[in-house]
Amino acid sequence: MPREQSRLDVEIAVNGTSTRNSVEARTLLVHYLREVVGLTGTNIGCDTTSCGACTVLLDGESVKSCTVLAVQADGHEVTTIEGLADGDTLHPMQEAFREHHGLQCGYCTPGMVMASVSLAMEQGALSEAEVREGLEGNLCRCTGYQNIVAAVMAGSAAMSEVAGVSANAGPGGGAK
Amino acid sequence: MIPAAFSYVRAESADDAVALLAEHGDEAKLIAGGHSLLPLMKLRLATPTVLIDVARVPDLAYVRDGGDHLAIGGLTRHHDVETDPLVRDAVPLLGHAAGQVGDPQVRHRGTLGGSLAHGDPASDLPAVVLAVGGTIVARGPQGEREIAADDFFVDFLETALAPDEVITEVRVPKTNGAGWAFEKFNRRAQDWAIVGVAAVGGDHPGVALVNMGSKPLRAATVEEALRAGASPEDAAAHAADGTDPTADLNASVEYRQHLARVLVRRALTTVANGPGEH
Repeated sequence: MPREQSRLDVEIAVNGTSTRNSVEARTLLVHYLREVVGLTGTNIGCDTTSCGACTVLLDGESVKSCTVLAVQADGHEVTTIEGLADGDTLHPMQEAFREHHGLQCGYCTPGMVMASVSLAMEQGALSEAEVREGLEGNLCRCTGYQNIVAAVMAGSAAMSEVAGVSANAGPGGGAK
Repeated sequence: MIPAAFSYVRAESADDAVALLAEHGDEAKLIAGGHSLLPLMKLRLATPTVLIDVARVPDLAYVRDGGDHLAIGGLTRHHDVETDPLVRDAVPLLGHAAGQVGDPQVRHRGTLGGSLAHGDPASDLPAVVLAVGGTIVARGPQGEREIAADDFFVDFLETALAPDEVITEVRVPKTNGAGWAFEKFNRRAQDWAIVGVAAVGGDHPGVALVNMGSKPLRAATVEEALRAGASPEDAAAHAADGTDPTADLNASVEYRQHLARVLVRRALTTVANGPGEH
């Protein structure tokens, strides 16, 4: 039997839950997430690796899910916008986007938030220049970016604070 | 947009990838990060019927100190080249340029080997590997061979790789503290360069051009002028010599040639000022 297959079973952990499905080899990750798993928070914008609306985390790093095959993500972990909040408690980056109104129509927002989470995990609290450079792969046609930049600066600072607190809160001591 | 249907197979090793390429011939394409290939497949400009995924081949993503050069595995992602302390120290031009490719999401997927194998004259990293005089290591049915960057880029999206060869390693000479510069001129942050320049000084000055012809180009006349002792300004006047850029929405041929002269002058001025922040 030839090894190459036009249809494969993939197992992808999406937001911490294992998903197992048979897909065509050509299925894009964004279609897998939206149409097979049913998570429609990840938007398709340009569909040409430019706009970043479809950004998700693959093993914790931002990628554009319109340019990843589902079979490439087989055996890996994917986090979408639906996987950030802890119950009713928004993720610090989501909270910052709400607080600073980092959106207008909201279409680019899931991708903006996911790209920003990845940036903050890699670089910690971000300066304005780091945000503007780091979000070069995410386009917004409404806001002019000002509030998005403010949100990501605040969100990255909040994420660093949380990470710092949990790092300091070792057994027998640490910040209260 | 969805690619045309294809069959998919994962290579277990570089040799397995070579065997699969030999088995499937012209019908097959290798995929690693897929950030050159998948956009073409979605536009149906590329319609391979077999996709051989090399991304899971173990031990092909690394940066190693090879003495006078760095040895970088073909599957090393742009993000990992960009952030690798050894690269930043020994070949800062490459580390910096890797950080200029696309955007962070693209750099989390795209690989050095993939970028070179694609052979796009508008890509950043081929020009860098040309400027520093790098070597591409290709594995084929007869084992490995080394291809000088100067011999590697043949024509538009065409390289010296045989259809049944896979890039396993890229060797990049250390630049030993020489001045360097990377100039990328584009209209929007994440765009391809309209024109780009990679330059390094030292004992073996190298200057290469992005998007100034059908393949990544060495600016040979500029280098000759430098070796003859020309000033950055005088050497840069030769930047468009022998180039044959295309005209498109962004730039006419004349504008690209003008840009090449301006950007090479800027790059050589930075190189002359020695290493430092760029």
